[in-house]
Amino acid sequence: MRYSLGRKFSVFYASLIYLFLYMPIAILILYSFNQSKLNAVWTGFTFDWYVKLMQNSDVLEAMKTSLIVALISTLAATMIGTLAAVGMYRYHFRGKTALDAMLYLPIVIPEIVMGISMLALFAQLKVPLGYFTLIAAHITFSVPFVVVVVRARLAGFDKSIEEAAMDLGATPWQTFVKVTMPVIAPGILASAMLAFTLSLDDVIISFFVAGPASATLPLKIFSMVKFGVTPEINALSTLMLVVTLAIVIFAERIRMRKE
Amino acid sequence: MKAPVIGSATSSRPAATTPNRPVRDYGKTWTIGPILIWMSALFLLPLILILGVSFFTRSSFGGIELPLTVENYVRFFDPLYFKILWISCVLAFFTTAICLVLGYPFAYIVARSPINYRNILMLLIIVPFWTNSLIRTYAWIVLLRTEGVINTILMQLGIISQPLPLLYNETAVLIGLVYTMLPFMVLPLYASIEKLDKSLLEASSDLGAKPVHTFWKVTLPLTAPGIMAGSLLVFIPSLGLFFIPDLMGGSKTVLIGNLIKNQFLTARDWPFGSASSIILMGLTLLFITAYILITKDKEGKELL
Repeated sequence: MRYSLGRKFSVFYASLIYLFLYMPIAILILYSFNQSKLNAVWTGFTFDWYVKLMQNSDVLEAMKTSLIVALISTLAATMIGTLAAVGMYRYHFRGKTALDAMLYLPIVIPEIVMGISMLALFAQLKVPLGYFTLIAAHITFSVPFVVVVVRARLAGFDKSIEEAAMDLGATPWQTFVKVTMPVIAPGILASAMLAFTLSLDDVIISFFVAGPASATLPLKIFSMVKFGVTPEINALSTLMLVVTLAIVIFAERIRMRKE
Repeated sequence: MKAPVIGSATSSRPAATTPNRPVRDYGKTWTIGPILIWMSALFLLPLILILGVSFFTRSSFGGIELPLTVENYVRFFDPLYFKILWISCVLAFFTTAICLVLGYPFAYIVARSPINYRNILMLLIIVPFWTNSLIRTYAWIVLLRTEGVINTILMQLGIISQPLPLLYNETAVLIGLVYTMLPFMVLPLYASIEKLDKSLLEASSDLGAKPVHTFWKVTLPLTAPGIMAGSLLVFIPSLGLFFIPDLMGGSKTVLIGNLIKNQFLTARDWPFGSASSIILMGLTLLFITAYILITKDKEGKELL
């Protein structure tokens, strides 16, 4: 009796938390299909806001910026991070602890400090803010996450397989490509997905290092929200949610299949 | 896989034992080199730069000039600014506390649910965390604003005649922060509760402890590392999330993140902005060090 009461309460409580988490997002999506510009009274179903969005050149420009920045920074961060993870797994060297700390710090310190400090650097070096600074900044905050994810994958990797390859005459590079890579490939892919979503979603760091002509999608949303709530923003947010979820589901499926 | 049997099995650097080509292993340079250069140039150098800037004087054009001074740090402790730090910490503290109170029972329920449900239940918590935090903040604005969903429904039902001022106050900021940070609390809590050895709880109740006692004396201390990690993961970002106070507090609530942002972009006082950033970072590192010291005693080196 007590057991079943406790269980009912558990289900009830967990449902409340899920409701708290999902209700605002659900309502946001729902109202992106509402005819009323006022946004709160339901007057009928429409795709108008999505059509309007696709005609808004500023939004399309921001989408392009976001995608380019995310793609390039993901590629670069995944390469740098994967190499580092393999190196840190394979070799012992002086200053490894210091490097560890340098990779751990960006994950734990408030993003705003990173944003501000990179802005200060670019300003001192007179680098104009734009695509270049955005991409550089996104690589910087993604790299530590890539290292963490790939290292986690390497942790379960039997070092003796690599040694066997090298004993049989493979060069370190051959060993990496033919032995190590296939094993950690799912980890690399997962880390690339993570870097991609981090880049697509970043608000705080981009806020400081984006130039006036290189606003990313979240920055565009930020400035739109400041001028007021419109169903167009709902539609844009819905699109971004769908894209992010698609990436996550895709990454999750790859991870499940490989394990 | 069958390990090849080789005479010199003790040699860990086999390249040196390959007779015909003495391959020098450049791997270390090529794997560690790029990240070292990149992170030094774009993470470490910028931090050192703002540390430097924080000791300069603001020039009348918004640039920096000599003389060197500690004035920017002293100024932070001026009641006006110190109050901002204080309010930020109070708000971040309440965010952390509410996340903990909401998240602990939830993580407990999930960790004790049938094993085949657990992954999907946790995935449902992580999914919102993957979505853009700005969009999640915006979703609450849609709900809470004067012409928002909640006010509209309440007025149509005739419960209220005037819209309630739900947005643009500190409660709204708190809701926004809790909503954004809750998954960060639940994840480490879940990890530590799931690891909890059930037989210890049974032993405690077998020995006559009431459930409340078992919870306070066994469950809570054993899951303390999860509580600490979750609190850290919620508290620190809460201090810097400037867009939630900006959008949901109506710029009335100025937090340390907003202060830093304004010093750089509006007031153009880089030395003071840098000093504030350094103080925020120092505070963060202080918390992390405390966390490491406290948890290290209890269970080895377990971080996050």
